[in-house]
Formats: sequence, C-alpha cells, structure tokens
Amino acid sequence: MYCFHLKLSIENLGLNINMLELLKQSWPWYITGPMIGLMVPTLLLLGNKPFGLSSSLKHICAMCAPVKVDFFDYDWKNESWNLVLVFGIFLGGFIAGNYLNPTVEISSVTVKDLGTMGVNGLDGILPADIFSWNNLLSADGFILIVIGGFLVGFGTRYADGCTSGHAIMGLSIMNWSSLIAVIGFFVGGLVMTHLLLPLILKL
Amino acid sequence: MFRFQSFHMYGIIGSAVAVGMISVFLIKRFKIKTIFGEEVKIEPKKYHKGFFIGGTLFGLGWAMTGACPGPLFALAGNGYGVIVIAILSALLGTFTYGILKNRLPH
Repeated sequence: MYCFHLKLSIENLGLNINMLELLKQSWPWYITGPMIGLMVPTLLLLGNKPFGLSSSLKHICAMCAPVKVDFFDYDWKNESWNLVLVFGIFLGGFIAGNYLNPTVEISSVTVKDLGTMGVNGLDGILPADIFSWNNLLSADGFILIVIGGFLVGFGTRYADGCTSGHAIMGLSIMNWSSLIAVIGFFVGGLVMTHLLLPLILKL
Repeated sequence: MFRFQSFHMYGIIGSAVAVGMISVFLIKRFKIKTIFGEEVKIEPKKYHKGFFIGGTLFGLGWAMTGACPGPLFALAGNGYGVIVIAILSALLGTFTYGILKNRLPH
C-alpha cells in the first residue's frame, strides 16, 4: 500500500514538472487564438460587453483630459470594466514575463531579412536593437516608437476599433463592415512593412 | 506577419474569429442569457469612412510598433519599459483624434 502511494506521488511530481515546462514554452496559436476568441462570449455573458481594446485609450483620455473635448465628454466610469480588462492584460504580461518567460521562435527567413536591414538581437519578444530606452532618441527608434504609437492611437479611434474590436468582435457578430476596417489594417501594415520600414531602418 | 513568413499571427486571429463566431451563433441559437438574466444584445458598429482611413493609419502604426493596443499593455507588463512611451504616444494620438474629429472625413 505504502509503495503504491510512493509510486503515485513520484508520478504526480513528474506530471507537475511537465505541466510547468509546457506552460513555459511558447504557447501555440491553436491554444492562444481560441483563448482570445473566448473573450467574445465571456464578456457578452458577463454583462453584454463588446470585446474591444482600443476604447481603453479613449476612456483613459476621458479620465485624464486636461481640457473639455466633446468626444471625451461622457461618463467613462460606466466603461471601467474595460480598464479592468486592460489591467488584466498588463498583469498577464507581468506573469508571463516573470514566471513563464517563453522562448520566441521567429521564422529564420524573417530573421535574415531583418538582419539585412540592420536589425539584430531577436531573442526577446521585441527586437532589442529598436525597442530600448537607448534607441528612443535615435531617428529610427523615435519614429517607430513615438510616431508608431501615435498612429496606433489615432488610427484606432478614427476606425472606431482595432484588431480586437473589428477583426475579432466585429467578424464574430458578422458585422461585415468590420472587414473594411481589417482591409485597411492590412493595407497600412503591408505598405509600412514593405515600402516604408526598410527606409526608416536605414536612418 | 506582413511578410507572410510565419503562419502564427494568422493562426491566432483566424482561430479567435472562428471561436468567436461559433460562440455568438450558439448564444443566439440557444438564446443564452447573461449571468444577470438579461437578453444578450449585440450592437454592430456603424460604418463610416474612418473604418478604412483610420484602419490604414492604425495598420501603419501596427507594423511600426509591432503591436496593437492590447499587446502594448501586455508588453509593458512583460517588462519592456520603453513601450510605455508608445502607450503615452497612443494616448496622445487618440486625444488628437478627439480634437480633430469634426474636421475629418467620415
């Protein structure tokens, strides 16, 4: 009886170690994608909330706006659930970064292409060459981080949504006009990646 | 993602949309209510020209920062301090839209 219990505990230990190792690897798309997709029904069933993330930027503006702007003149406190969601995402990033730290697998062709444009250091989630405090003050860093960020904030608000609100939520509820937004995202992404990024990275 | 050299992002978005679509279908089909007993009401966003124009501008920014709004917060939590600058800049972008809104084509 005692031997049987000992054997079970050793096997359980093996299983626990394997689980942790599994969690520490990069999670595949067929796990993370559906998890993200489940946000749609979860938020609807928790209280008729539409899944969307860019609106968080709007609520933060409404919360902190130094001057009165009609667009931000609404009761942001009604949408505080969205800010809790964003905090959750931040927390998730924190947990992943400090306890899981997966290795990122970037396609070798991409690594080579980026190398020819002078971007190396691709071990982490973001290329350290570009996304560092040091690089913020150089031309390419400033453009990619500051202007890139600005375009994300401006563009998502103008489009009334981002990949979460339009591509995932919009398409899930079969709002086909969201597809027009998604096409826009792609046009922008392709133009930047293939035409503009090579020029910016030369700076 | 925009180099089409990796399936990963497409897999994520594609499977997310598939799961989202199926779950919305099931909610409607079985008239599933919210945990508060309310009917699930789905309000599609009303189309305007900004969907494409703003979408393209966002796409440019997405390819520059490598992130859309959600990932910006995840990256900040992950420890990429400099991304906070991108978030602040995004807030400035959103605020600027609020100011310029009436002068932009919709």
